[in-house]
Amino acid sequence: MSVKKISKDDFAVFVDALIGKTSVIGVQAKGDRFDFGPLESAKDLRLDYDVTLQPPKKYFLPPTEVLMTFEMGGAYRSEHDDEPFVLLGIHPYDMAAINQMDELFQQDNYDTHYMTRRNNATIIACDVVKPSENVFASSMGTAVVRGGYDVLLTDVGGAYVVESGTPKGEKLLAEMKGAVADEAALKSRDAVWSKNEKELNRHELKCDAAYLPRLLGKAYEHPVWEERARTCFACGSCNQVCPTCYCFNVQDDVNWDLKTGKRERAWDGCLLDGFTKVAGDHEFRSKRSDRFRHRLYRKAKYVPAKIGGQIACVGCGRCVAACLPDIANPVSVYNRLIDDLGIG
Amino acid sequence: MCQCCTEKKDIYLPQLATVVKAEAMNVTERYLRLSMDDGQFDYVPGQFVEVSVAGIGEAPITITSSPTQKDGFELVIRKIGNVTNAVHSLQQGAKIGIRGPLGDGMYPVEEAKGKNLVFICGGIGLVPQRAFINYVLDNRADYGEVTILQGTKCYDQRLFASEIAAWEKRDDVDMLETIDEPDDCWKGNVGVVTKLIPKIKSDLKSAVVLVCGPPVMYKFVLMSLEEYDVPHGHIFLNLERKMKCGVGKCGHCQINDTYCCMDGPVFRYSDLATMPEAI
Repeated sequence: MSVKKISKDDFAVFVDALIGKTSVIGVQAKGDRFDFGPLESAKDLRLDYDVTLQPPKKYFLPPTEVLMTFEMGGAYRSEHDDEPFVLLGIHPYDMAAINQMDELFQQDNYDTHYMTRRNNATIIACDVVKPSENVFASSMGTAVVRGGYDVLLTDVGGAYVVESGTPKGEKLLAEMKGAVADEAALKSRDAVWSKNEKELNRHELKCDAAYLPRLLGKAYEHPVWEERARTCFACGSCNQVCPTCYCFNVQDDVNWDLKTGKRERAWDGCLLDGFTKVAGDHEFRSKRSDRFRHRLYRKAKYVPAKIGGQIACVGCGRCVAACLPDIANPVSVYNRLIDDLGIG
Repeated sequence: MCQCCTEKKDIYLPQLATVVKAEAMNVTERYLRLSMDDGQFDYVPGQFVEVSVAGIGEAPITITSSPTQKDGFELVIRKIGNVTNAVHSLQQGAKIGIRGPLGDGMYPVEEAKGKNLVFICGGIGLVPQRAFINYVLDNRADYGEVTILQGTKCYDQRLFASEIAAWEKRDDVDMLETIDEPDDCWKGNVGVVTKLIPKIKSDLKSAVVLVCGPPVMYKFVLMSLEEYDVPHGHIFLNLERKMKCGVGKCGHCQINDTYCCMDGPVFRYSDLATMPEAI
């Protein structure tokens, strides 16, 4: 795959040309924060952002989506969102999360709804320029990413180093001005990567992330779950802003004609009351502490077992910022366990 | 749509089935016999389906018929939520959506061959167990002694009463029944289902024990079985959980690291040792 160096002005020309051809989602300012949204002009693009309010998961798994339509008493018809789009400005930790979701939605039972969107997406990732207040991607090994994107963009001062990761990305690179990246540009990029591998670490995990499944293997009865959950609102904010939370609900909606309708899936959250409640009102995780523990076990033990040991927390820090009672910080929970239970 | 998605089937899409027979079993339970419109339906006792009523939603229901019965398949549905209430209004000839059969955790039809079987059922727990009971009775020579324990809260809630009566009459089935809150006309055992365990004639240590009932029942049954030193590897529990997708994605049915919809709903008790949320 090729690596080019392109000036920021030329990249803006490329982005504007792209907007003319296809739907482009990019990072933009939202007040004094940032978020993904439809991009109308390259001048609105903010590749110097720290973190977005919401992760990009909504472009593959929307908050609500129609799975199928039906006629009452009649047949069901699959519906798929089938529009190509470009996702511009994905940080490495979010890319790592998308890579994990790709695996989860393909394994065992292939989810055509997620995968149709995923296959329609062209992802232009970009390395972090400014660390956010709560990022700990360095601790989770997701400060840089080596796959999943079509194009990876690295700000090396006045210009970007762009590298394609797929044939789709290779085509995009061909449309960009700029020359093959020289040694100096590649060295600058290496410097950015080395810096980010160390410095995207506002909360420092006291162990190698790969040790977390074993740590949790001996922490099930630890008092930290109860202590933390005592102030948990069970609001599900941590679920909502998490790039690797993908639990969902499925519900029917009847149209005004009362003859047709649609079946939708909508985000759900394992912290919410009722998530495990069955008919007859029996709730399997009725305690907030059980739900709080379940989420962190999913991140660092249960889901990793399904995806070759990758920890399903990518260190974006969004839950830390979103949690009103300030109990969600996974690093502080895991560090507390390390302090009490030791490593090994 | 890309080729890999067009070639794969939509895992959430129900197929249509026709209600061949529908009747009330009592105030809360309704019996349905269904036939898939495309004819295809092979299953193993213990598997479940997602029952779909357009405009209302889906609910996971374990199949109550044995696959040895070739004429469609049967469900018994308690009226307790939105979907199940809607199912209760369905009459013969109505269309219903079905996804499945689902669940890789089935009854041990092969492993149990040649062994004595003890079915412990609480209330509506008889419904899933009946799939394996009738499978065993239709392949009677393949299995050892059969003991069925049925505990029901009150007389009016008894299910498959005529079938139970037929099992009672058989020489090759030991059918024991108890009612927890009996009225005057009940002359049989009184109390919860665990009270019947001491009456089991088969050697429990070597038997395969199959348990299904309300969530609260399991720990009491397991405590009783512990007194008889039943090896945990011989006990199979049919667990209920909230399910939305039924295909290992939505997260609702997760028991620690395990998806009830994928690895269950029937679990070997010894496999639950690492799943403290199971019981």
